[in-house]
Amino acid sequence: MKIPLKYTIRNLGTRRLTTGITVLGIALVVFVFSAVLMMAYGVQKTLIATGSDENVLVARKAANGEISSIIDRQTANVILTLPHIAKTPEGKPISSGEPVVIINLNKLTGGLSNVTVRGVSQQVFTLRPHVKLKEGRMFNWGSRELITGVAIEKRFAGSKIGEVVRFAGDNWTIVGLFDAGGSGFDSEMWGDADQLLDAFNRSAYSTITFRLDQPEVFQEFKAAFDKEPRLQQFEPKIERRYFEEQSELMAGFISILGIFITVIFSAGSTIGAMITMYAAVANRTVEVGTLRALGFRRRSVLAAFLTESLLLSLIGGLIGLFFASFLQFFTISTLNFGSFSELAFSFALSPTIVSSSLLFALLMGLLGGFLPSVRAARLNIVNALRSS
Amino acid sequence: MEPIIRVQDVSKSYWRDSFEIPVLNNISFEVPSGEFLALMGPSGSGKTTLLNLIAGIDRPDRGTINVAGTDIVALNESRLASWRATHVGFIFQFYNLIPVLTAYENVELPLLLTSLSKRERREHVETALTVVGLKDRMRHYPKQLSGGQEQRVAIARAITTDPTLLVADEPTGDLDKHSADEILTLLERLNLEFKKTIVMVTHDPRAAEKAHIIRHLDKGELQQN
Ligand SMILES: Nc1ncnc2c1ncn2[C@@H]1O[C@H](COP(=O)(O)OP(=O)(O)OP(=O)(O)O)[C@@H](O)[C@H]1O
Ligand SMILES: [Mg+2]
Repeated sequence: MKIPLKYTIRNLGTRRLTTGITVLGIALVVFVFSAVLMMAYGVQKTLIATGSDENVLVARKAANGEISSIIDRQTANVILTLPHIAKTPEGKPISSGEPVVIINLNKLTGGLSNVTVRGVSQQVFTLRPHVKLKEGRMFNWGSRELITGVAIEKRFAGSKIGEVVRFAGDNWTIVGLFDAGGSGFDSEMWGDADQLLDAFNRSAYSTITFRLDQPEVFQEFKAAFDKEPRLQQFEPKIERRYFEEQSELMAGFISILGIFITVIFSAGSTIGAMITMYAAVANRTVEVGTLRALGFRRRSVLAAFLTESLLLSLIGGLIGLFFASFLQFFTISTLNFGSFSELAFSFALSPTIVSSSLLFALLMGLLGGFLPSVRAARLNIVNALRSS
Repeated sequence: MEPIIRVQDVSKSYWRDSFEIPVLNNISFEVPSGEFLALMGPSGSGKTTLLNLIAGIDRPDRGTINVAGTDIVALNESRLASWRATHVGFIFQFYNLIPVLTAYENVELPLLLTSLSKRERREHVETALTVVGLKDRMRHYPKQLSGGQEQRVAIARAITTDPTLLVADEPTGDLDKHSADEILTLLERLNLEFKKTIVMVTHDPRAAEKAHIIRHLDKGELQQN
């Protein structure tokens, strides 16, 4: 039979200061731990929201990102002759051949950073209905004008409507502001693909994105694509899947670095929990002797102290998570190693992050509480009672 | 009457570093059922050690101890633990109540090791607290009680499972005269009215007076009386 839980809970309440400090230590580590995971997940969520399930993006197989992909116009035309590409009522393919370049702009907080400029084709708003013009107007096709994403406008100097950005030896006037619903496009500037190619003296797109006439035909489409000898160096992917893969590098980097750091921190709070629990055992030696004399087993004593330590860490975990959850209201921007350009994203919480943070806290409690609990369980009854 | 405790040829030493400290030397004695026995003797004579052996929280080096028909030396640790839970009530010099539990919860503690329902446990606890006259204090925590009251709660905890045997190690050692008298009267009543066998270690001759048998322990040997 077990030692009642109220024994454990009330004992936590008796040593307020030490318990409080230990809980705080664990809370802090869990806060950082979950913040890092929320950051990684935020990046992922933002990039996944960028792509659509109904679109297909083609890039060069050897390319790591859009920046390093090259698709010349003839290849693009070959791709657009494949079956299952959706057409407008006028019979034009719903597609956008896109050169993607990186320019340098001054951040409002100081310093230069990279911004993605994407050249788009005329069907782009049909292709990406989640992107909406918010202020100003659409750029004129055939002129050196840009529209800018909301996340760029907030963070970069000279990116407001009416201002002029200089790159590729030319002046580009910003004429509109677009909102891409918190996706990665919010961190981009868009202009006319042909103008961009012309300015950079290039003839090839980076990627081409188009809609399929039915969402379920992707495998069929891919089979036709793979059979085409002129397309062997290229690979089609569902657009969402493509951006998801693009997020993996950055999200993985953040998670691994963050987890590495927090695991080192966690050694501190684990030792803290251990000291607290050793003190608890020392203070309650006579109590343990008494419980054992009354007939409680060693394993009941072990369970009682382990529960105490786990409870301690769970409280710490919940507190850390509680404060971390407020980070959801923050949007930050950083250089995405996947695309080498600035990406704005919000911290995002998921059930997996909640459970892994709590598990992480419990693990600290388990590791910290294990040895002290074993000591309590192994106390000799007579010696324990004599220590009064 | 049939002896409820039979101690035969029991020896026990402790080791400190590499020195053997002989504590009990070939002790044999019996306690008839329903007796109230006082163990006296100078400090360090082994009274507590002998009491611990009878109560099953320590083991002899040699000899056998039979309590209520069970050879307790032969029991393994977990069987011995459940044996204690059903057969022995402990009364300590410093009461040893659990400070974070109320009087009620302290008395209920040994009942958690039985199969009694919550309602049955409540009845047992209330009966035990009524016997010691502290039913009105059941929501109090140990630190809200006087020493004498704490010891009475401890006695309630010792009798709540209706054990065969009560062991008390200097139960009045930490109490003023008035409280000590109350405790002794209570123990006497438990013996006479509830037929509990009691083994009590004490230094106090007035405490020993309440017992029917007094045995003296000296240098690990039981004196003939
Ligand atoms: N766990 C132990 N480890 C080492 N020595 C012990 C241990 N328990 C008892 N002793 C020694 O055994 C001897 C007898 O101890 P015990 O506690 O039985 O005496 P006692 O008669 O109860 O004495 P007191 O009247 O002071 O309580 C003492 O010398 C004590 O130091
Ligand atoms: Mg003693």
